[in-house]
Amino acid sequence: MPDRAADGERRTARGAAALPDPSTRHLLVPKWLTARARTASGERGNALRLTFLALFGLLFWAFIFFMLYRLLRFFRGVQEIGPLLAGKLLGLILVGFFSILLLSNIITALSSFFLARDLDLLVSAPVDWLTLYFAKLLETLAHSSWMVVLMAIPMFTAYGVVFSGGPLFPLVVAATFLPFLVVPAVIGSALTLLLVNIFPARRTRDILSVIAVLAAGGIVVLFRLIRPERLARPEGFRSLVDFITVLKGPTSPMLPSEWVQHAVMSWVRGRPELLPFYLLWSTAAAAMVLGALLHRWLYATGFSKAQESGERWVRSGTMGQLGRAALQPFGVVRRELVLKEVRLFFRDTTQWSQLILLAVLVLVYVFNIKFLPLRGEGMTFFLVNVVPFLNLVLAGFVLASIAARFIFPGVSLEGRTLWLLRSSPMSMRELLWSKFWVGTLPLLILAVAIVGVTDYLLQVSAFMMAVSVLSITFMTLAIAGLAIGFGTFFPQFETENAAQIPTSFGGLVFMMSSVALIGLVVTLEARPVYTYLAAEAYGTPSDFAGMVIGFGLAAVLCAVATLVPIEAALRRMER
Amino acid sequence: MIKLTNLTKRYGGFTAVNGINLEVPKGELFGFLGPNGAGKTTTLRIIAGILKATSGSVEIGGVDITTNPIAAKSKLGFIPDRPFIYEKLTGAEFLRFVAGLYEQEGPQIEHRARELLALFDLEEWRDELVESYSHGMRQKLIISSAFVHRPEVIVVDEPMVGLDPKAARILKDLFREYTHRGHTIMMSTHTLEVAQTLCDRIAIIQGGVIRACGTMDELRASAASGATGLEDIFLRLTGENAARALVDVLDA
Repeated sequence: MPDRAADGERRTARGAAALPDPSTRHLLVPKWLTARARTASGERGNALRLTFLALFGLLFWAFIFFMLYRLLRFFRGVQEIGPLLAGKLLGLILVGFFSILLLSNIITALSSFFLARDLDLLVSAPVDWLTLYFAKLLETLAHSSWMVVLMAIPMFTAYGVVFSGGPLFPLVVAATFLPFLVVPAVIGSALTLLLVNIFPARRTRDILSVIAVLAAGGIVVLFRLIRPERLARPEGFRSLVDFITVLKGPTSPMLPSEWVQHAVMSWVRGRPELLPFYLLWSTAAAAMVLGALLHRWLYATGFSKAQESGERWVRSGTMGQLGRAALQPFGVVRRELVLKEVRLFFRDTTQWSQLILLAVLVLVYVFNIKFLPLRGEGMTFFLVNVVPFLNLVLAGFVLASIAARFIFPGVSLEGRTLWLLRSSPMSMRELLWSKFWVGTLPLLILAVAIVGVTDYLLQVSAFMMAVSVLSITFMTLAIAGLAIGFGTFFPQFETENAAQIPTSFGGLVFMMSSVALIGLVVTLEARPVYTYLAAEAYGTPSDFAGMVIGFGLAAVLCAVATLVPIEAALRRMER
Repeated sequence: MIKLTNLTKRYGGFTAVNGINLEVPKGELFGFLGPNGAGKTTTLRIIAGILKATSGSVEIGGVDITTNPIAAKSKLGFIPDRPFIYEKLTGAEFLRFVAGLYEQEGPQIEHRARELLALFDLEEWRDELVESYSHGMRQKLIISSAFVHRPEVIVVDEPMVGLDPKAARILKDLFREYTHRGHTIMMSTHTLEVAQTLCDRIAIIQGGVIRACGTMDELRASAASGATGLEDIFLRLTGENAARALVDVLDA
């Protein structure tokens, strides 16, 4: 084993002329300097962007905090079961965090351990295997956990405030949350290491396909085992004792999320338990040792395989020929532009990994809609139909996130090859519209599928189904138009990682505009929908003119939001 | 200083490097030539410890890179064909970081980094972020980074790409001077003029196999039939079909 030999060599050498042994800290210096340079750089609009981000972040934190604060205050007021419910809720949220962290770590580890561009430099330098492991593990952990940490801060703050956690509460949370983040990072990195060693030949696509299937299956099974909707319907239990028994019982006793919940809730109840802390830290330590051993055993082989095993030949199969035939009527330029977009998308693994995350989120969303307790006592016709209307907002937000990932970066990704298109006898209009349709059609299919399936699962009326499907169709077109428009106005030509483009300032502006559009459309449609539902439920007079105006204005708004940004983008490109 | 023994690398069913045996002694500037896809970069990346050989061994200064990677790599400086530099680091920070990987720091390294940057006309840019560098400037910086820790062996893949004539001349002088001081350089290049004037010995690889190896005189002898310049020798050894097919292509 090479690395064992290296250890021996280093030990011997330390006695004599020492071999270089750069620290983990040194390997992370470029990351720190990069972060510092980004923050300090005087890029155009940097201050504005930071202000926007800070404002957006604060609003987001305030929203989560106040929602949870109100809910937890309510729980605290319920005798006997209140704190139990609060603990259960914390456990459920943490299970969600754990599954997101695991998936995110698997995908991030693929990039940081095997595909990152600094690896050539680091692997060809005399860097010890353990040092490299810790540096890359920390990088993976930071990249995949920051969002969860940001969401956890207002959540734990709400628990601390409502249940009077005291001044030491933040320390208790930190002491539990740190090992909670380490465990999925180690497991995710180890799984990726195994997958890279198992699938050498058709590397990334195969690995990501396996990850997608495992993740989607795993998360759905996890949520179904927990059955969170049971807790919202206490009348489903035979007695209060049964309900309390379920609340007191562990949701998932073998998962670190359960240990964090126990540690935090036992602290706020004034009876701190040490066992959860011991379990968390010992598991994290053991996982790190095992992960490091696995890295020592398999990394050199896996890294070499990851370098060599890109697909060498790509055959144009039946799908390619079908695509070519289907696009024949649109002319050679449009056909080739569309085919190029499709090929680049399916061969760009960074896009694939993003797609997997989103697919899993959509699946979880649809499955949980299926189990919403919308039948039985207290569920009126009105409520059952309002939920799918609100579902439009959520579906619209999901679509805007997908458009930010896949349509918004379209013009930026042309970046260094734009000279080729600009120097060819092709109009920019062709380019923009081909980008629009290539992005919009799959988005539209997904949009109609999400709304159609969730509405079917909710068994909504034909009217609500029609309103939902038509609204989401118009909104999708508008969101795609905004994505093309803002993507052209805020291009990121220099970036080589497509995943970073949506988080740029332009991406943020696009997301805010999309959210505003969704809000406006829903507001315009709210009155006609309310009037119709009221007429159906209570026999009040219906307002046909109001419906035409409301829906008509929403449609005009969507059409304007589709066409104006693309035309503006066109003028910008032709300048 | 560099010793390759029966070095083989297979990618699935494709053999990129096929049983290469090669020895580059101390103080030699060795040229590694071959057509595109011949196995040059694969060989150099195996020497640098980035790729694992399917079979065979690589020794750097008598140390096997597979069994003793740290010791072997500590003697090595590698300049890849597609160099990566952290975009948000300055030139000086990047050099400091690379020196740190070899656990070298302090005033001596600072001085050396300054000297290297000055040599390549990058002194004024030392505190600018790499993202603002041109392609040639990045190439100069990556070359400087290979020298900053004074390795015994430098392995370099296509060093001349993107360099202006002055920098190319400086690099040639630097390579020459470095080998005169007892260090070893193994370099792949497509610039045959550079290889001809600079290298002590040259190997020509095609299809993963060394077709010829030796001094210019030895190569002339192995190519035979009156080839004098390296271009003639290269084309003769690697096949002249491509040049002949030119007319057919233009007529097609």
